[in-house]
Amino acid sequence: MTTAQILITIALCALATMLTRFLPFLLFPAGKPTPRFIRYLGHALPPAVFSMLVVYCLKNVQLTVGSHGLPELIAIAVVAALHLWRKQTLLSIAGGTIVYMLLVQLVFV
Amino acid sequence: MNNEKQSARLRVFKAAFPHTIPIFAGYLFLGMTYGVYMVQSGFPFWIPMLTSLLVYGGSLEFVIVNLLLGAFNPIQAFLMALLIQARHLFYGVSMLDKYRDVGRKKPYLIFALSDETFSVTCSADVPENVDRGWFYFFVSLLDQLYWFSGATLGALGGMLIRFNTQGLDFAMTALFVVIFINQWRKDRQHISALAGLGLSVLSLLIFGPDNFLLPAMAAILLALALLQRPIDARIQRKGGADA
Repeated sequence: MTTAQILITIALCALATMLTRFLPFLLFPAGKPTPRFIRYLGHALPPAVFSMLVVYCLKNVQLTVGSHGLPELIAIAVVAALHLWRKQTLLSIAGGTIVYMLLVQLVFV
Repeated sequence: MNNEKQSARLRVFKAAFPHTIPIFAGYLFLGMTYGVYMVQSGFPFWIPMLTSLLVYGGSLEFVIVNLLLGAFNPIQAFLMALLIQARHLFYGVSMLDKYRDVGRKKPYLIFALSDETFSVTCSADVPENVDRGWFYFFVSLLDQLYWFSGATLGALGGMLIRFNTQGLDFAMTALFVVIFINQWRKDRQHISALAGLGLSVLSLLIFGPDNFLLPAMAAILLALALLQRPIDARIQRKGGADA
């Protein structure tokens, strides 16, 4: 990408973010009930989006060649285990990332 | 500003600061990881500084690195950002009353309503003797300052780093896995998490890694609309909805 294209992409992401943050205050004046479908999406959408983002992160993993996605699988298991055990977000992220870096740099070279 | 006003501000600041300490560690660490990741991906140091000021949303900022590494696709970037940030719509809905009557600070409070800031301003008991608007303002400002400082330190440090950072990008995967687990534990229904997972994988298999996002997003929204009745029933069943 050129610098202009980079800046356009960032500007659009900023615009989208601002839309999501300002829209409720513009659409729903305080004190009035929020539409039912909107409240429903508030509960139902976030889990689906984060599922999609996990898939997005792993989109380039090749299961049939190279390391067969093993470093990703192991590191995700480490993240999940750490998180279920200690419930410390930073520990889970740091632990999983270090394990992954060691795996791709030293084991699955 | 006269002295009385100044000391009142200071009192609000002192009341607000402790609420931001847990965010300080998280934002500094994740922000630094983000800055290093961006610079190590080949971008100049000022880009993570710019995004942490203008976009100011951790998940999306990590995704932006990937978007910038791919081909220029403004529509996909915009829609992707909308979907990732859509949850902020619901933070806003929850803050309509609290952010009323805060005066000129309101636009900034809304602009800076990140996940973590929301978690504080939505739940903190503002002491009675301090101004609510200024309390929210200091929490929001300090949080963004932590994130910006982290990203800047990471970006500048990332240019000096000599050790092998291959695999650092996994921090983004780990972040989303952690959020996924947190969501899963607190959710009363898992249909939407599983639908999101299944439809994304399906879309990836059909359309391939470069084109699967838009169909996945459309399929997820459609599925959630079609499944509103069973999902909503499960949300309401145990303990009732909290929104």
